[in-house]
Amino acid sequence: MANKRVVTCTVNGREESFLCKPQQTLLEVLRDELELTGTKEGCSNGNCGACTVLMNGKPVVSCLVLAVECEGAELETIEGIADHGHLAPVQQAFLENAALQCGICTPGFIMSTKALLRENPNPTEQEIRFYLAGNLCRCTGYDKIIRAVQDAADHKIASN
Amino acid sequence: MRDFEFEAPTTLDAAVALLAEHNGSARPLAGGTDLIDHIRTERLTPDVVIDIKKIPELNILEHSADGFRVGAAVCCSRIWGDETIRQRYSALADAASIIGGTQIQNRASVGGNICNAGPAADSTPALIALGATCVIAGPNGKREVPVESFCVSKGKTVLEPGELLVEFKFPARPAHSGSHYRRFIPRNEMDIAVVGVGASVTLDGETISDAQVSLGAVAITPLLAKEVSDALIGKPANDETYKAAGEVARSSINPITDMRGTREFRIHVTGVLVERVLREAVHRANS
Repeated sequence: MANKRVVTCTVNGREESFLCKPQQTLLEVLRDELELTGTKEGCSNGNCGACTVLMNGKPVVSCLVLAVECEGAELETIEGIADHGHLAPVQQAFLENAALQCGICTPGFIMSTKALLRENPNPTEQEIRFYLAGNLCRCTGYDKIIRAVQDAADHKIASN
Repeated sequence: MRDFEFEAPTTLDAAVALLAEHNGSARPLAGGTDLIDHIRTERLTPDVVIDIKKIPELNILEHSADGFRVGAAVCCSRIWGDETIRQRYSALADAASIIGGTQIQNRASVGGNICNAGPAADSTPALIALGATCVIAGPNGKREVPVESFCVSKGKTVLEPGELLVEFKFPARPAHSGSHYRRFIPRNEMDIAVVGVGASVTLDGETISDAQVSLGAVAITPLLAKEVSDALIGKPANDETYKAAGEVARSSINPITDMRGTREFRIHVTGVLVERVLREAVHRANS
């Protein structure tokens, strides 16, 4: 049995240390050790994007990251998106555009959208679709999600 | 997931020593997008996982007058985000930008792609078209292998136990050269190639003075299509030449029928893609 390791990283701006075994994924540690259950498990093989979090600012699927790899990393999860109890523009845009039905894919979509709008504050529809290709949704048919991202981009421009 | 030990060496020597010590029961971890899934499904059962991302040599991305070097652990988004690669080694940027989605591209490496030795790996035909060389480190020092000889069978490479792929070296791009990689998939993105084609061309006026064409997913390993390359050299860069090259490619391959496509379809699509990839590579060479 491999020994547990201590990993120290930043999660949503706060320093966290946790114990984990080498075979535990970041997804498992977020949900089971840190009780950050907003990050969802979908396929667990990197296809669906439900477990997307930002690692050092970049979207990754947390089911394909070992928690031990996160030593020193900066992680952002869905729990860090809202601003002091108020919905962030991205969340508000998803709500207003009915960009979700069952909601399992939503945290992943919001994390990917967050990274997209940071990198490219005014994306075209094609850029949005291409960037979000690694996030699957079986309910909405995607159009409402795309409209939500476009709205969030507009809000962002307005608020900056 | 099954139990394993984890190491994250910071030097190449330490990584090679660890790999040699565990003689076949250790696996290097770059982006983990294949490895972690393979461990979870127990297709691979390593006792030790060695994270190689802290080793400087494996993270290098360096352009010089002699060409360019890219470390085996450099992730796809860093590759397609590099302006020089996009302009001069476009085929590699093309491949890196269509492997998986955003999340996968932020982790998956071109080195990992070739080490998995999948017949449909997208980046390998691009590396072959661009004439890359693999630099391998092992207990007996370093050796170099042309990229088209690196994969020997499905899932098998020339790497011996204890050896690690360190980097790819690319020759400098001649003036008036262009390259492209394109694949056929039934969806817009996020799929595995039915056929993939890479090409690099160099022009002397209207004439193709040098060409290198590569084919993916039509054999047990990605191929350097020498007959196709030879058929292009000295020919005018026009539609007739591309079509003829497509026919040479069709008659040079012996693909299988599987869930992604029939043999007949693969042969047909190979010709179509060779034409289109050459047209784009020549367009890039001219611009």
